[in-house]
Amino acid sequence: MTCEHVDRGALNRDELARRVVRDIPDGAYVNLGIGMPTVVADHLDPAKRIVLHTENGMLGMGPRAHGDDIDPDLVNAGKIPVLERPGASYFDHAQSFAMMRGGHLDVAVLGAFQVDARGTLANWHTGERDAIPAVGGAMDLAVGARHVFVMMTLFDREGRPKLVPTCTFPVTGLSCVSRVYTDEAIFDLTSGEVVVVETFGSTVAELRARLEVTLHAPG
Amino acid sequence: MVTIAPDPASAVEGVPDGATVLISGFGPAGQPYALIDALIDEVGRTGAGDLVVVNNNAGNGETGLAALLATGRVRKIICSFPRQVDSHVFDGLYRARRIELEVSPQGNLAERIRAGGAGIGGFYTPTGAGTELGEGKETRTIDGRQHILEYPIHADVALVRAHRADRGGNLVYRKTGRNFGPIMAAAAKRTIAEVTEVVPVGALDPEAVVTPGIYVDRVVVTR
Repeated sequence: MTCEHVDRGALNRDELARRVVRDIPDGAYVNLGIGMPTVVADHLDPAKRIVLHTENGMLGMGPRAHGDDIDPDLVNAGKIPVLERPGASYFDHAQSFAMMRGGHLDVAVLGAFQVDARGTLANWHTGERDAIPAVGGAMDLAVGARHVFVMMTLFDREGRPKLVPTCTFPVTGLSCVSRVYTDEAIFDLTSGEVVVVETFGSTVAELRARLEVTLHAPG
Repeated sequence: MVTIAPDPASAVEGVPDGATVLISGFGPAGQPYALIDALIDEVGRTGAGDLVVVNNNAGNGETGLAALLATGRVRKIICSFPRQVDSHVFDGLYRARRIELEVSPQGNLAERIRAGGAGIGGFYTPTGAGTELGEGKETRTIDGRQHILEYPIHADVALVRAHRADRGGNLVYRKTGRNFGPIMAAAAKRTIAEVTEVVPVGALDPEAVVTPGIYVDRVVVTR
């Protein structure tokens, strides 16, 4: 594996979604988290026959529904109206989470507040005193999917890194993230180290200067 | 044996003070609005309060579950995802410390309800292990992985939205409106279902029945 440098500037949300799609295997069963990962659904290649799972009880989820196609009984995990694909199926919540926890989903793409060097994920609670915690299915996906991809910006609005040596926000799951897709670079965490797979806006040297984690860059 | 109730008011009659009430739905999808409205009238009439409500969320807007919370008759809510853009009724009660909140990861919530209906005394799950939501829970390492012990949820009443029922109480659901309905129907001493239509016994394909009538006590047709 070599680190691919493409000097095209940081990726926008759609470009990043297309990059994530490239790494989803043909025929995979995939769950997309609420927020940025939802965009991945807009860039799937029908020829890859990827089946989307939505935790509220459906396999074979289609794109967002509009106008007369909106059905209040057919929504995704973000409660947004969607369509069904041919071959879709519906099931109750216990069944839906058995699929997740039981290791039947190939990939979950989740958003994150923070990911640390060991692949520990924080994405459910900022830990602020007056914040109302809301976890939903995040912890189940973190422990259950075969591969957990995180899709996020590398820095928050204040410019602080979201890929960190140790999560400071309350954690969602321990050592569960295999890859981190960000606007600046892609990182692989499967070896126990942070390996830079590809960079977009910054060079590895520039990333080293801005991040506190030790970056390994092959090639 | 199932009773076909003439209206939502008689369907929800007899919800006791301090009852644990399971309410189906994932946001608005599968939420039994007519039964919730009837329950609001019922607790207003009987004065029953101190309810414990179980739902995935904590209400949207001002209707349904949010309206029930606004009555002040709910002591505690058990859910996975209370905070939403339109959960202001709950948010206000919570910040004023007028309602207790128990957050359970969504899959643990579902499995606790399933366990309640299935006579399981508890289960070990990796979900939540090593997190704040696993704190204070018994842990065990199984196959090299940390698990936490979760207990079942038993309820006095379940209010469930289904699509159609037959006169024997068999239920079928519609699309993602199914969500918590089947597991909640099984986990309560008394299960009340609102449906768009009740059909004669034999009119539902037995292979397609999702909730067998053994779990259902009362059915009411609503719009």
